[in-house]
Amino acid sequence: MTSGFPELWDTRSFGRALDAAFNGIVANWGETLEIIFMPVLRAITGLERGLQFLPWWVVVALFCAATWGAGRKVVPVIVVAALLVLLGLLGVWNDAMATVALMLAATVLSVLIGVPLGIAMSRSDRVRGGMLPVLDIMQTMPIFVYLIPFVMLFGPGKIPALLATIVFAIPPVIRLTDLGIRQVDAEIVEAARAFGASPRQQLWTVQVPLAMPTIMAGINQTTMMALSMVVIASMIGAGGLGYQVLQGIQRLEVSRGLIAGLGIVLLAIIFDRIAQSYGRRVQANLHREGK
Amino acid sequence: MRPVKIRVENVSKVFGRDPAGALAKVRAGMDKGQLKAETDHVLGLHDVTLDIRAGETFVIMGLSGSGKSTLIRHFNRLIEPTGGRILFDGDDILKYDAARLQAFRRRKVAMVFQRFALLPHRTVAENVAYGLFLDGVPRAEALRRAGEQIALVGLSGFEGSYPAQLSGGMQQRVGLARALATDAEVLLMDEAFSALDPLIRHDMQVQLKELQARLGKTIVFITHDLDEALMLGDHIAILKDGTLRQVGTGAEILARPADDYVARFVRDVNRSRILLCGAFADAGLSTAPDAPVIGAEATLEAAFAAFAGGAPVVAVRDGDGRIAGALTPQRVMEALARGQG
Repeated sequence: MTSGFPELWDTRSFGRALDAAFNGIVANWGETLEIIFMPVLRAITGLERGLQFLPWWVVVALFCAATWGAGRKVVPVIVVAALLVLLGLLGVWNDAMATVALMLAATVLSVLIGVPLGIAMSRSDRVRGGMLPVLDIMQTMPIFVYLIPFVMLFGPGKIPALLATIVFAIPPVIRLTDLGIRQVDAEIVEAARAFGASPRQQLWTVQVPLAMPTIMAGINQTTMMALSMVVIASMIGAGGLGYQVLQGIQRLEVSRGLIAGLGIVLLAIIFDRIAQSYGRRVQANLHREGK
Repeated sequence: MRPVKIRVENVSKVFGRDPAGALAKVRAGMDKGQLKAETDHVLGLHDVTLDIRAGETFVIMGLSGSGKSTLIRHFNRLIEPTGGRILFDGDDILKYDAARLQAFRRRKVAMVFQRFALLPHRTVAENVAYGLFLDGVPRAEALRRAGEQIALVGLSGFEGSYPAQLSGGMQQRVGLARALATDAEVLLMDEAFSALDPLIRHDMQVQLKELQARLGKTIVFITHDLDEALMLGDHIAILKDGTLRQVGTGAEILARPADDYVARFVRDVNRSRILLCGAFADAGLSTAPDAPVIGAEATLEAAFAAFAGGAPVVAVRDGDGRIAGALTPQRVMEALARGQG
């Protein structure tokens, strides 16, 4: 085989060694990992079944309640209700609920992991220096590359789909948590220190509340990225709307792909409305003027 | 004399990668400019020594870059000195560990900031109670005590408002109430009134003086405004390039500036409002029995009215009620002209 660049070291045996090492991990740890992630799998399946089992109007009511809780405004609630009904009319309700379950699980886990990582990054330049290149790699590495090891570890199914989605969707929440905390007015943090706030008190009474609008923007982006991942994740057995798109491609059925794609767009708008109205309320709380 | 509350002993502060090494060079005679040029270290404070007495208002003044904000942040260790000692009631606060320092900041010193530094997401009452919350005071008790301070600064009725709903002057009253709420013995005020309009600023100065008279706190006040320094300060320290140029009462500094810098600094001040009649009375001058009488502690400005009424001489009475001497328009003019060298 000829190559433009001289072969200075044996890439093939390096690749083989890497594969062998990974196969070793799969053989030794695969089962343990599967057991560890069992509760997560149960939670996702439970959520999916629950959303599909409930009458559609109960689901709509739940979404409306969440929207009201997030923004305390009527208009977004009506918009969300209308979009959900439209989703039902498209005939993709059950697939959409499966997608919602996976996406919610991915988002919740991303926030639970990402916000603490972002906080750690904001507190130490060294941690930040180490994290930034990792985040860059996570965001630029083609997504299919993560699918291979996850599928090998867990076999096709919801767990590898969930993990690949988290890896893909978590960087914005980490980055924006770090950014938000770093942008908090240094004088207010200094005031907290001057009044004897411990580092923990500074974090929870000043930094996190004041960084909230930025953190929410990160969560919103993470949600959108998780949603955009569903089509790819369906290739490894995530099911849902992505699977319909995939089938559309395989069967060359334009309508199937188009309708499922529209469903994904509707879900994106719904979650964006909810997140934005929450973000706007947090922002307003920080800069109240007049009543 | 009142006991010393805060003693600053030979405090120096160098900003940079190797502060201790740079400080050694300064001690060997390198000046601020050289230090910056050759080692890229900034000399913030150099060998500052001063005593702040309990119950007084001590003003630290200087232009921007003089190190005054750096100095005040040493009193609650928001900034750590490179060298020297800081004693609070005789206790070396630099020896405090993290927990002790936190307790010290919660109970002994409170700070008021130039740009208010209020928590925008909390109400006025919650802001004022912030220091008490940090100290673990139960919420109801903290809010009750906050309410008292809010009333004291004249903001009753605004407890539930948010800082952004208030004017600058009102926000700084919240800042002041927050500092008073922890019942700290020392208030550190970092250019606390500099961001306010002149009229509101004057009101705040008057209010601070009244509070001080009532509460007897020790106040360390930073300003770049000489008139403010003279109005508020029992003692004034003048800082330039991180070194202390002079410490004294306003009248002392005006009457005997320690060096050219201080003299230039105080040149434009309205001396008649600061200088006292007693310091300029001529003991050798006899006065007619019907001459107007003025106290030794009155400012020269107070003598103007008597002269304007046609009196050629004003008698000056000292603290014991005796006539210590007399002032003529000539002597007053000389006293006022002395600053215009």
